[in-house]
Amino acid sequence: MIRIEPRTRAPGLWAAVPPVLAVLATILASTVILNILGVPPLDALHYLYVAPFSSRFNFAEVLLKMAPLLIIAQALAIGFRARIWNIGAEGQLILGAIGGSLLPVAFNDSVNPLMLPAMAAIGMVFGMGWAAIAAWLRTRFNANEILVTLMLNSIALQLLYYLVSGPLRDPYGYNFPQSALFPDVAMLPTLISGTRANSALIVALAATLLAWGLTQRSFVGFRLRVGGLAPGAARYAGFSEHRAIWMALLIGGGAAGLAGVFEVAGPLGQLQRVVTPGYGFAAIIVAFLGGLNPVGILAASFFMAVIYVGGDVAQTAAGVPHTVNLVLQGVLLVTYVAARVFTDYQVTWSQRAKA
Amino acid sequence: MTETLTFLLSGTLLAGTPLLIAALGELVTEKSGILNLSVEGMMAVGAIFAFMVVTGGGSYWVALAAGGMAALVVAALFAVVVIFTLANQVAAGLAVGILGLGLAGLIGDPFEAQTVPPMPKLPIPGLAGLPVLGRGLFDHVPVVYLAPVLALATWLMLTRTRLGLLLRSAGENPDAANSIGINVRFVRFCATLYGGFCAGVAGGFISVVSATLWADGIIAGRGWIVVALVVFGTWRAGRIAIGAYLFGLATLSGLLVQTTGVAIPSQLLTSIPYIVTIVAIALLSMNPKLTWLNAPVSLGQPYLPTK
Repeated sequence: MIRIEPRTRAPGLWAAVPPVLAVLATILASTVILNILGVPPLDALHYLYVAPFSSRFNFAEVLLKMAPLLIIAQALAIGFRARIWNIGAEGQLILGAIGGSLLPVAFNDSVNPLMLPAMAAIGMVFGMGWAAIAAWLRTRFNANEILVTLMLNSIALQLLYYLVSGPLRDPYGYNFPQSALFPDVAMLPTLISGTRANSALIVALAATLLAWGLTQRSFVGFRLRVGGLAPGAARYAGFSEHRAIWMALLIGGGAAGLAGVFEVAGPLGQLQRVVTPGYGFAAIIVAFLGGLNPVGILAASFFMAVIYVGGDVAQTAAGVPHTVNLVLQGVLLVTYVAARVFTDYQVTWSQRAKA
Repeated sequence: MTETLTFLLSGTLLAGTPLLIAALGELVTEKSGILNLSVEGMMAVGAIFAFMVVTGGGSYWVALAAGGMAALVVAALFAVVVIFTLANQVAAGLAVGILGLGLAGLIGDPFEAQTVPPMPKLPIPGLAGLPVLGRGLFDHVPVVYLAPVLALATWLMLTRTRLGLLLRSAGENPDAANSIGINVRFVRFCATLYGGFCAGVAGGFISVVSATLWADGIIAGRGWIVVALVVFGTWRAGRIAIGAYLFGLATLSGLLVQTTGVAIPSQLLTSIPYIVTIVAIALLSMNPKLTWLNAPVSLGQPYLPTK
């Protein structure tokens, strides 16, 4: 007879159970799904979990995809800890990509070395502005931020479609819905020569340090955490809920905006109709899988990046549809939230059936 | 002019029907205390299964039922995770929603951009011949007429029957319900499955009745509009029905503007339902009393029965 009771002792080693189970379930599910699609299990394991490490280029791809996931997930986790659910990182990333594209499109032959920092700043402000809509509606009208940020994702995508097929379209681009290619000063420096891995990863690691400092060592982080764990206590202590909402959403929006700039200034080199393969949603999974803990998120973003690259390999090598990635992300998060029962509660096995 | 009015009425019903069916299911689920945010994914799964049945030569009714059953299975997974492993309902809803969208995309890959013939209409004898109103309101597939009936039945069930009382007690005060011998977890489990079934039927309606095609991402955020509908219908079947049809109308406004010849970017027109949703949520949440008086008290709270 399994008994589930409220937890009275610290989870200790049990804390490792959910992420480990989630990763194992994902590996198992990926093998089964690819097998159904006609890929032998050993090949499936190879494509997804060995190939990403098997060449310099592939591993650099893992680092490339890890950077945006890490930046966004660290910021989202700060809000999630305060139980403020920003589900709109995808849209905030798109706004960042748009904001980051304005300067290189307007000054396409510039050689000013300040171009890149300026793009980053504008992109962050755009991401924050998009998130601020949700923060304002929540604090002023009490509008649920989950629904608002989600709707803003859809609107951001339409805005991007409009801009790349109109105002920001390359006038010499044969009507393709994309902007002109960015000048060199608008591009991120490469991290590993001959690959696409770029210095966004350095920024992502710095963001990790910053998040760690904010959550573990600062009063602001403490206030946010109390607001999430015990809203009543937070109110009693005079911690403003409105301030927490603004902070959580602005941090998330700024980080996602920056990640958006890094996509157009990195692997893309221009503004296109597709600027993100779902990083904004995947980062939500990364934040949870990492236990909303900066160090855990570092590991989780790496695993998520491996799945992304592995999925790409499977797609080119065996023609597996790209939606497999989405299924695996779903399995990862479903297993994780289910297995959280081992850390949030005390699960005991008693021999004697209940009377 | 009369053409436009007919088009408006008919289009509003067609676009509002799936929203209403899914929202009534979500209403029952939320009344039992479970916040299911995976509607989008469940609708996508329902859409592809219904589409496969019609493509395989099955009838439209079987297709809608198959869509409902497929989404019910997805809902069962969500229910186990939130009811028996007591997971955070927001995170679990997102997770199952992503899984559903992924599965629908994967299963639907070979069917991408295929079409099916439209479902046969059932004009209502006598009424369908009326000018304007006839073709607008009474010349539809049967499901369109059934949706308002479902709204009425849901309202009666929730407010006038023992079953409704059971559901509401599980959602309002699970401890009290448990103490008088109601199996709260079982009630919530069934309510979640029912919500899943409705979402699946709604998804199926979109793929085989209104769009008559399969494309990855066909639900296009409508699952989230459904969740929003329950909130600004303040958990009442009648208001949800009004909201669903107003939304149906909002989705048409784009097409309507285009007929006037005013040049507006198509992307802005596509965004209208999303913008309307945001404005509606903001306006209706402005008065917190309205929400707190009607929302099930224990909505979204995990429940661990005490012995």
